[in-house]
Amino acid sequence: MSDEDMDRIDRNRRHFLTVATAVTGLAGAGLVAIPFLSSLKPSARAQALGAPVEVPIDSLAPGEMVRVLWRGKLVFILRRTEAMLSRLGENDSNLRDPNSDVAEQQPEYCANETRSVRPAYLVVEGACTHLGCAPLEDFEVRPAESWNGGFFCPCHGSKFDLAGRVFKGVPAPTNLRIPPYRFVRDDLILIGQDTGAA
Amino acid sequence: MARIEAEVGKPKGGFMKWIDDRFPFTSTMKYHATEYYASKNFNIWYVFGVLAMVVLVIQLVTGIFLTMNYKPSAEEAFASVEYIMRDVEWGWLIRYMHSTGASFFFVVVYLHMFRAMLYGSYKKPRELIWIIGMLIFFTLMAEAFAGYLLPWGQMSYWGAQVIISLFGAIPGIGDALVEFIRGDYSISDITLNRFFALHVIALPLALVGLVFVHIVALHEVGSNNPDGIEIKEHKGPDGVPLDGVAFHPYHTSKDLVAIIIFLMIFSSVVFFAPEMGGYFLEHANFEPANLRATPEHIAPVWYFTPFYAILRAVPDKLWGFILFGLSVVLPVFLPWLDRSRVKSIRYRGWMYKSALTLFVISFLGLGWLGTQPADGVYVVAARILSVVYFAFFLLMPYYTSIDKTKPVPDRVVYHG
Amino acid sequence: MSTRTCRPFLLAAVLVAGTALGAGDVALEKANIDPGNVNSLQRGAANFMNYCSGCHSAKYVRYKTIGKYLSLSEEQLIDNLMFNAEKTFETINTAMPEAEAERWFGKVPPDLSLVGRAKGADYVYSFLKGFYVDPASPTGVNNHVLQHTSMPHVLWELQGYQAAVYSEHTETDAEGREVTTQHFEGFEPVTEGRLDAEDYESFVRDTTNFLAYIAEPIRSDRRKLGVWVLIYLLVFLIIARMLKKQIWKDVK
Repeated sequence: MSDEDMDRIDRNRRHFLTVATAVTGLAGAGLVAIPFLSSLKPSARAQALGAPVEVPIDSLAPGEMVRVLWRGKLVFILRRTEAMLSRLGENDSNLRDPNSDVAEQQPEYCANETRSVRPAYLVVEGACTHLGCAPLEDFEVRPAESWNGGFFCPCHGSKFDLAGRVFKGVPAPTNLRIPPYRFVRDDLILIGQDTGAA
Repeated sequence: MARIEAEVGKPKGGFMKWIDDRFPFTSTMKYHATEYYASKNFNIWYVFGVLAMVVLVIQLVTGIFLTMNYKPSAEEAFASVEYIMRDVEWGWLIRYMHSTGASFFFVVVYLHMFRAMLYGSYKKPRELIWIIGMLIFFTLMAEAFAGYLLPWGQMSYWGAQVIISLFGAIPGIGDALVEFIRGDYSISDITLNRFFALHVIALPLALVGLVFVHIVALHEVGSNNPDGIEIKEHKGPDGVPLDGVAFHPYHTSKDLVAIIIFLMIFSSVVFFAPEMGGYFLEHANFEPANLRATPEHIAPVWYFTPFYAILRAVPDKLWGFILFGLSVVLPVFLPWLDRSRVKSIRYRGWMYKSALTLFVISFLGLGWLGTQPADGVYVVAARILSVVYFAFFLLMPYYTSIDKTKPVPDRVVYHG
Repeated sequence: MSTRTCRPFLLAAVLVAGTALGAGDVALEKANIDPGNVNSLQRGAANFMNYCSGCHSAKYVRYKTIGKYLSLSEEQLIDNLMFNAEKTFETINTAMPEAEAERWFGKVPPDLSLVGRAKGADYVYSFLKGFYVDPASPTGVNNHVLQHTSMPHVLWELQGYQAAVYSEHTETDAEGREVTTQHFEGFEPVTEGRLDAEDYESFVRDTTNFLAYIAEPIRSDRRKLGVWVLIYLLVFLIIARMLKKQIWKDVK
């Protein structure tokens, strides 16, 4: 074989081996990155602290609301009266998203008229969708103001109805979020989990 | 003219030209890699410099991720380490890599320093590289010492207690100095917090800066080699040293092999023996610091034991402290203690070879003795070996000048 | 107790009083645990929860972790191992209040999450087998491995009681004086427990196995992963070495 042929074979082999080394090395680097990046995920302690919260509702009277913390967030559980439920449909023309079209704001089993699993109970995150303030209760019906009861945010005046739906003409863009939840028993709600055993 | 020379060889391509017009990228690559020539006959002793850099990177990266979950308070530190080991995903791996890396750092650095003693790499014109390297060593010792307090285990606390109180031996200012280091009347949460600051930011910054300067100094004069010959003395018509090969791709490809072998050994420890029989992760440190109960045997971590053995060998507290400090600092003076005209051990006489052998025996022996209780025959042995250790340095001007050396060849010995 | 049963107790008391044991110089028995034996670990877990968790916490260990490793269903975990906890993500805490424990025992029973690593399996094994009768002690027992332990012999119903037997040795020391030392010879059973010696050893071995496991739950996973890492590095090594040889081919 001539010298040029030898050189060509050498160069080709060298190129192949360089590529092989680089590919193997990069694959290894990628694999090594996995544990480091995974360590940034919520740890077992974070998961424990963020575990679903059980809320007994046996002593919740109609018209009463209870506040709990789940994953550091406020969640309101309101037992709606028959009167409150009957007035829900009256707001629709004043609402930005009366049919809960924005899918991220509620689980699909709450994309209904009452935005809940059972009509009587509203389970909603107490965080205004504008900038996160905790809305206040305003359940008094004031026909003069066309106010059928709902939530009022003191920070910038956003208003939500008794299903957590946002009114038009306020800074908040979307309905209040409904967290995943389910009824473990008739008197016990589990917030943060909608499947499986408690 | 200099300007035209610099422009010769610059790429014409768009992106690289944009960069090179604004930043010395290609010229730096050339000066430090593709046109930095180092001897072709490097052997295994020349691998530990790059391995030290690999370990430094490992420690920095794993350290960052540990800091994300570690709590530097006396109340929470120990529990936060267990949190990392059990609750943080892959936290155990990050922790073991860091603890193993700490020990491997010293294995690599000691071997790296030993190379200099084999081949005279500290001799002119490389004295400054050696001095900077010794500064790196001191900084590394401080970094390891500060780091060891952080898990707040029994050995962390009591080891720190013993070593810090050593400074009390200094006459006059001793006690005030100890209180100043601790920041409190005894080792406490305050001490822990400041050692955290030192370990996480102050000392790593110093370390990285010193390593940078260490390499700049090296590249200024060029690397030594196992024959101790200056390859720049024999250049070809193109100005390239006849015995040199470009750092990239020759030494980079060779170092890659060494790095992988190193990672295999490193991984074997991380995955199969992270405690290393209690030497890398000491058993007593799996108990939280108990200020009321001293463990039976307090020993510093293995990499400090040679110097600790010297400290304990001396019956006087102040002199023990002085000789302990001296034993760490004395190697700085090697460039001036070593009077031989010859750099490499390959061409030195029997005196230096014997002296170096005795030094190795004393260093390893003292290291082992430092892990044992200080009584009976152990003390006698430590005293004898301490004398050998100091004699190696203090008698060196004498035996290196009278040692009969062999003729040094012109060109390096390379067997392909 | 009759005088007959009292005699070995008295013998033990006299001998123990004259004992001069070096701290930490106790020879430990080999535990011979099998970390891969899931059944042993399951028994050990039950032993721990039933006999130890009344006073000792294992506060860094989550029930969930144990359940998964021991192949227990959530139901099995809750029914058999969870006495004062509701959720499987909780850690193993003890119902014993610290302040009271310090008053009753003089020392808070230490957390046992890491004892398997801090002291080693052999220590734990020898400790659980090392309780012997000692009337001088407030609990009526002492421990061969940890002298003057504040811990009572919680497993007395299983093991029964034993006495420590010593022999005397008289030596002449460096100054020509006669020194009498006690030399530990072994244990002698005094009363029977529910388990015979072999079964008690199994019980202790299982419990030690469990304590060794919870000290480092990730141990078996890390060893498995290590094999893969080394295989990858070996492949990488071969390719890198071929590249190096090719690059250095023309260097003379």
